[in-house]
Amino acid sequence: MTSTTLKIGPYELQSRLIVGTGKYSSLELMQKCHHESGAQVVTVAVRRERLLDKNSGRNILDFIDPQKYILLPNTAGCFNAEEVVRVAKLGREMLTGSGYRGADWVKLECLGDTKTLLPEPVGTLEALKTLVKDGFQVLVYCSDDVMLCKRIKEAGAAAVMPAGSPIGSGQGVLNPNAIRIILEQLKENDPTYPVIVDAGVGTASDVAAAMELGVDAVLLNTAVAAAAEPAKMARAMMLATESGRLAYEAGRIPRKLYATASSPWEGRINA
Amino acid sequence: MELCVNGEKLHLPDGATIQALLDHYKLQSVRVAVELNRDIVAKKAYVTTGLKSGDTVEIVTFVGGG
Repeated sequence: MTSTTLKIGPYELQSRLIVGTGKYSSLELMQKCHHESGAQVVTVAVRRERLLDKNSGRNILDFIDPQKYILLPNTAGCFNAEEVVRVAKLGREMLTGSGYRGADWVKLECLGDTKTLLPEPVGTLEALKTLVKDGFQVLVYCSDDVMLCKRIKEAGAAAVMPAGSPIGSGQGVLNPNAIRIILEQLKENDPTYPVIVDAGVGTASDVAAAMELGVDAVLLNTAVAAAAEPAKMARAMMLATESGRLAYEAGRIPRKLYATASSPWEGRINA
Repeated sequence: MELCVNGEKLHLPDGATIQALLDHYKLQSVRVAVELNRDIVAKKAYVTTGLKSGDTVEIVTFVGGG
């Protein structure tokens, strides 16, 4: 028995875990972790080519199988709408005709400053509107502000991706009630609209807890790449995503203050 | 001619194209995207797009990120 599939933009996905490609000690380890995670989508950043010292001529794409994975280019490291749009277009250009899937979508990340790495809402919305006009399917990294998430959906985002907590902080979902309200508001009369928790995950239980809230997917990077044993953590994240989703679909029992016996009262020998 | 490539000065013979620039750095066109003076150059135009002194070029690729 498996959980239902997820549709984001043009893609139908069986896996609800999206993983990053950063911070790995080697490209071989990244490849192994991608495999263990069961992810079908991996996100990549756009940077200047290192013109002289080229990492022994190895390109990250040589370690990502185009048959197995869809690339999700991101605009990580951008601090205003202009930079976001420029980087998104460069990512699309790189994927067009490359044999990889993913040219038609982008993860929009527009940051406020380098210390908090929190999303900058004004630049995010501005960049989103430009990218939507340009035909991109945009997955938007944003804060867990309910009204901002609504404005982002209204502006045509393919998915809204509130942060659980700051990027790489490992604090998990700090405000589950905000995520609950976002889910209610964005999925009202539109139950398949994708809401994804992006950033902040520390360990498998954070992923399971996020999925149990009813988010459609989780995007993470550091929790796997910086774990003591990344491949083992990748597998844990895969299991947590699946079990959290199944638990959400199964429907949990209500919380109660007092006990309810599991065994029948009738027929006790001491009755 | 003098170009600015990824923020660094570079001298190339006059008449060099984007393709010649990629060849200079031994880069595969399939793994990069190129901006010439802030405009993206389509891959099929690399061999026909000539460079001139003072041009600013960005050559980008995908790297690990989240």
